[in-house]
Amino acid sequence: MSNELPGHGGSNLPAEEPIPNPGLPEHTWRPTDIDEAAEKRAERQIAAMYLLSMVCVVLFVITYFVADVGDNWNTILGLGASTVGLGVFLGLALLLIGAGTIQWARKLMSDVEMVEMRHPARSSDEDREATLAALSAGGEDSGIARRPLVRNTLLASLGLLGAPAVVLLRDLGPTPSQAAEADYPGAGLEKTVWTPGMRVVRDVVGTPIKASDLEIGDLVNAEPEAIFPTEENGYPELHGAELLIAKSKAAVIVVRMEPESIIPGENRDNWSVDGIVCYSKICTHVGCPISLYERTTHHVLCPCHQSTFDLADSGRVVFGPAGRHLPQLPLAVDEEGYLVAQSDFTEPVGPTYWERDHKDIGDQGEADL
Amino acid sequence: MSIDTSKVATSNSSAATAKKPGKAGAVANWADERLGLGTAMKKNLRKVFPDHWSFMLGEIALWSFVVLLLTGVFLTLWYHPSMAEVVYEGSYDPLRGVLMSDAMASTVHISFDVRGGLLMRQMHHWAAMIFIASMMVHLLRVYFTGAYRKPRELNWVIGSLLLLLGTLEGFTGYSLPDDLLSGTGVRAADGFMKSMPVVGSYMSFFLFGGEFPGEQIIPRLYTVHVLLIPGILLALIGAHMLLLVYHKHTQWPGPGRTEENVVGFPMLPVYAAKAGGFFFIVFGVTALMGGLLGINPIWKYGPYDPTKVTAGSQPDWYMGWPDGALRIMPGWEFHFFGYSFALNVFLPIIVLPGLMFTILLLLPFLESWITGDKREHHLLERPRNAPTRTALMVSLMTFYGLMWAAGGNDLIAIKLNLSINQITYFMRVAVFVGPAIAFWITRRWCISLQRHDQEKLLHGYETGVILRSPEGGYTERHLPISESAAYTLTARDRDEVYSPDAETDASGVDAPGGRLNGLRAKLSELWFADNVQKPTAEELEEARHHAEHEHELTASLDGHAADGHQFDGHHAVEGETLRGS
Repeated sequence: MSNELPGHGGSNLPAEEPIPNPGLPEHTWRPTDIDEAAEKRAERQIAAMYLLSMVCVVLFVITYFVADVGDNWNTILGLGASTVGLGVFLGLALLLIGAGTIQWARKLMSDVEMVEMRHPARSSDEDREATLAALSAGGEDSGIARRPLVRNTLLASLGLLGAPAVVLLRDLGPTPSQAAEADYPGAGLEKTVWTPGMRVVRDVVGTPIKASDLEIGDLVNAEPEAIFPTEENGYPELHGAELLIAKSKAAVIVVRMEPESIIPGENRDNWSVDGIVCYSKICTHVGCPISLYERTTHHVLCPCHQSTFDLADSGRVVFGPAGRHLPQLPLAVDEEGYLVAQSDFTEPVGPTYWERDHKDIGDQGEADL
Repeated sequence: MSIDTSKVATSNSSAATAKKPGKAGAVANWADERLGLGTAMKKNLRKVFPDHWSFMLGEIALWSFVVLLLTGVFLTLWYHPSMAEVVYEGSYDPLRGVLMSDAMASTVHISFDVRGGLLMRQMHHWAAMIFIASMMVHLLRVYFTGAYRKPRELNWVIGSLLLLLGTLEGFTGYSLPDDLLSGTGVRAADGFMKSMPVVGSYMSFFLFGGEFPGEQIIPRLYTVHVLLIPGILLALIGAHMLLLVYHKHTQWPGPGRTEENVVGFPMLPVYAAKAGGFFFIVFGVTALMGGLLGINPIWKYGPYDPTKVTAGSQPDWYMGWPDGALRIMPGWEFHFFGYSFALNVFLPIIVLPGLMFTILLLLPFLESWITGDKREHHLLERPRNAPTRTALMVSLMTFYGLMWAAGGNDLIAIKLNLSINQITYFMRVAVFVGPAIAFWITRRWCISLQRHDQEKLLHGYETGVILRSPEGGYTERHLPISESAAYTLTARDRDEVYSPDAETDASGVDAPGGRLNGLRAKLSELWFADNVQKPTAEELEEARHHAEHEHELTASLDGHAADGHQFDGHHAVEGETLRGS
């Protein structure tokens, strides 16, 4: 059998139909059309479905007033009896109306196929001509073609109306540089609430971390003490957005490893304390908090997109889509033996943005204690 | 089979009898004198729609959107779009006394202290998933049957916009509870925006009203979710339906069905009942899902805290494929003159979805440009009869599916005990190679199905009856297919490869666009290469003649036991014994 049949290759042969259209097949009668008993049965089925639907609605209302919400929220399938009961009865009530109506259409409504002729989507030539004539008459009346000055200034003024629409959106938020000058602690993309000498505290509870309390292999999710202000430490109260902004940039992870396994970065010899290192918890990819630590390899993995960083080697990327190392927080201990920051991070934390002035690890200079 | 139609019930009489005007008539008169409804409705009340199960897919999308509107309005009565810091004091014990945003607290309140609240939340979430999934399946149906060809290209564009907006609507919606999981999604979205060259950090600061997360994002997403996008969705759905009515629905070819007509049942009463009933089915299924299947238990995740995350964080499934692209992208970030460019984020999450969406929008225009086909098409094509078209979409689906799988690389690694690194390296190659393989396999598969159809047409169907000739050779008996089945198989266009009319003028100079037309002709040839064309009348005649000759050879078997009819499933066998007397 050849595939090179006439018609293929753009030939001009008339596309001959091999088989003529036999026309619509003859209509066949359904049992409900010819058997009165079947018709009555269908009627009863449909009415029964509508009646059952009403029963379900009554049960729905009863459930609403009888079943508890609140304390008993996981009695059935991990959901409350109220949720399950309301859902099931509402669902059945609706399904029965739907099924009954479709059954009505299928069994009792006419199933004789009808034929309707199509019309081309385009308008008729007369209509087109009439429209064009109307358009040109209107255009002629307005003189839009004859008066280019009026037309062009109108177009320009309409175009310029886009400006108010854009300008009005300006106050949606401050620019990054304006935000950097705001008066909350650690404002701006380049700063966090960390300040020299600020204690590193455990997250959730806010207790300071004694260097000697950490075992090798330990990982502590930590935050700056400023997140947990008390009368004793004197940090200002942080609430709402300011608190969330502070947390979203200042969160850190503290790990302790064998001091000899650490490969200190250039100018970072004194950033660790007895094998305790501290890194930003915010992934340099798109900003998820990093949390999965493998103590044998010192690798930490971001659960969102699996970027993997080596905490023994200045937080360099060893796998995944992140393009930059994790910023390291230079650590020291205060006179009471608690971990403190030597300074803020020496580079912006979190995801990359266009104006970010990147410096390699060796070029970031020493922390300024 | 003869049927006594004298007793045909009233159900099948389509003749309407005039009634004398009653109360309803008076109301109709009142309305018509003001609205002119008579003229508007006279054609459309009995408008004919063709019947096929696959035409119902778009209907699922339509009705789930209605369910979304109804359940969504319910939720707005209790939800507070506010990031104000509050202490939760409701019924759910584990969170009592916890600081959270008002948005989160009100969502937990809806879940545990409003009767039916959790049901409505879960119905809303399930309906959203059904909405997007059914739009996708509907899109595939429209594509694979060629229903997007002229004059329906613009409805394809509207449908694609609906899918895009539906996805954005889903994202803004699941961010509203301000729980830990959705907050992580918003955090990532902040990173996506910041990756844009030049404007990135400005976009982020304007959207969040300052630094991430600020206290503006939830109220702003709320406005977008309940007003802006639903408004546009409604308008576009309206336009989609109007165009559907204007073009009249496509239909499958078959006896009596042509490019010029539409065969089916009238809107009133059959489709009004079927479609109206189907709304209740979709609504009912959503209610059952909302009542029985838990979804998005935000009380288990807890309020958003930028320092926390759960392992296996995943967006809703329809956002999964760009997330997969983000995961397998190598970490390419560039630094120059004090600026940074995160191509590792910008390319997979900003450029790629935009590119894919553009390809989707352009598909009908691309095909008609390549094939040069500018005719109107109202008869659907089977996927096998447009092998390149079918293969193109299967290849795009493969790309989508692989990206989606890459978005679950951590779950695959855990469940199958594989190395996440190896899965990632594999995916980096597979997303390029997989679609190419899928394209090739699908194309060849379609062509062999075409050959099979041709075989049935020319030589009949396989009866499964094996005959042994006196010489000892074995052949399978073929019997002709029915006339209407044969017609249906041939009711399709012959492919016409585009050839540029005037590529060069008389003096041998390339006409404008000549080179482009050359490319077009080449692409058109590739588009149709190896397709099987339906037979001409002569070929069919010849094949049937040949078949008759063959039948003569085996005619002695006809009417005898085991002549083949008993087993072919195409003939009634009542009263026939396997071994005749």
